[in-house]
Amino acid sequence: MSDLAWASAKTTAAAVAGGEVSATTVIEQTLARIAQRNPVLNAFTAITVERARSRAAAIDAARAAGRAIGPLAGVPFAVKNLIDIAGLPTLAGSKINRGHPPATNDATLVSRLEAAGAVLVGTLNMGEYAYDFTGENSHDGPSRNPHDTARMTGGSSGGSGGAVAGGMVPIALGSDTNGSIRVPSSFCGIFGLKPTYGRLSRAGSFPFVSSLDHLGPFARGATDLALAYDAMVGPDSLDPVCTVRDTEPIGAGLAAGITGLRIARAGGYFRSGAGVEALAALDSVATALRATREIELPEAARARAAAYVITTSEGAALHLDRLRNQPLDFDPDVRDRLIAGAVVPAAWVVAAQKFRRWYRDAVLRLFDEVDAILAPATPCVAPPIGQKSFVLNGQEVPLRPNIGIYTQPVSFIGLPVVAVPVPQPGGMPIAVQVIAAPWREDVALRIAYDLETRGIVRSPQPAE
Amino acid sequence: MSDTGILDGWLDANAALLGIAVAPEWRHAVRLHLRITRDMAQNVLEFQLPDDAEPASMFHA
Repeated sequence: MSDLAWASAKTTAAAVAGGEVSATTVIEQTLARIAQRNPVLNAFTAITVERARSRAAAIDAARAAGRAIGPLAGVPFAVKNLIDIAGLPTLAGSKINRGHPPATNDATLVSRLEAAGAVLVGTLNMGEYAYDFTGENSHDGPSRNPHDTARMTGGSSGGSGGAVAGGMVPIALGSDTNGSIRVPSSFCGIFGLKPTYGRLSRAGSFPFVSSLDHLGPFARGATDLALAYDAMVGPDSLDPVCTVRDTEPIGAGLAAGITGLRIARAGGYFRSGAGVEALAALDSVATALRATREIELPEAARARAAAYVITTSEGAALHLDRLRNQPLDFDPDVRDRLIAGAVVPAAWVVAAQKFRRWYRDAVLRLFDEVDAILAPATPCVAPPIGQKSFVLNGQEVPLRPNIGIYTQPVSFIGLPVVAVPVPQPGGMPIAVQVIAAPWREDVALRIAYDLETRGIVRSPQPAE
Repeated sequence: MSDTGILDGWLDANAALLGIAVAPEWRHAVRLHLRITRDMAQNVLEFQLPDDAEPASMFHA
């Protein structure tokens, strides 16, 4: 095979399994590609060269010996740098954590991807401590959008978005507390899966807001998302939130079609504030799916507000000692938000948690009537790096807290979502959220696959 | 007292209680975020729930 930079994980794994290319060749091409593109895109914060070469050689040796090499054999992947990699300090985008001892073990999801044959090639840039929607980082510099390097990747999993959209890896892992997988998917024009809260193990990742934190994959297609998901799903006693539910592989049923699925589009709150690109993308997807019904998530604005209160309070509590003792070592944009969060009255947080249960029950009732709900992922396409405010509903508001207005009411109650990218002719991409009932990642992925095979959504290859 | 005065008073008292030093040049941004959070919380508090409403963070033994 020739250049694999834009090949899917499925294609690469098949080529390795079939002997068309060695895992070593795949990894050498990947490392060369990273060396070429990363100085521009600033997606990687560490490149695990020796580990990747060693792992690739082991896969080639296993294949030569006739041993099983796994469904992701030879597929390169990288992870947001809040995910533990043995031998590296887990930065979580911070300066402070650089002084931490290296992780002694890999995170569960890294171990599971490698057990399926995938090859870790590095760790990825992110917004400090994941309190970010921009992909900017005052310590490592901003992740840059492969479609326009003057624009944001979105965050906080900014390096994950840039690495996949920029053709450096076909699969990356990120985290999503309020939208940090779905926002970079939208700005960078790639597919992202935020699973049900508790579906994928978070063991071995640096937390942000425990009651809202999720991990999940990015890819350039629904098939690769399903491949990664199937390799990672399963109980894990190391994460007390991780479910012990039985799981069925999703990949096998991905092409089952969407006949019979009841799909609606979110109205009300999810229409207000959306820019023309966001609404055009939603219209395109909804039309293709014949989703003519509009449905309202009750009290979505209040849900977003409650998520905001819980996030700032829980996040600040996590960092209280660091705010006391090392305030100058924070990214100033993050520090100032965390200090405000540290002084939030407890009564506000309890009220938000009580509302959360009410909202969950109200939204789950909607899934008696529909199987999936479509909503914008972001109100706008990627803004320029450094932009501090934007216009929302006719008012100029701070950018950083408001990019996630459409993602927060969904992750607030842990619903699974696939962000599907909709290319805009001559413009920046933007994504739509395909939201399903809890534990129905299969429904969201089947819809994403259907849209992709019909050409309605796709991950556009950026000009270089 | 002005809204800014209320927010600054709350910030100063609680930051001192928590042992967090707020440099003068950070105050504007911290106050901005506190005001946003206050407004968000107000929206939540306006939603009436019964006394026995269980929070989502309910603990299972």
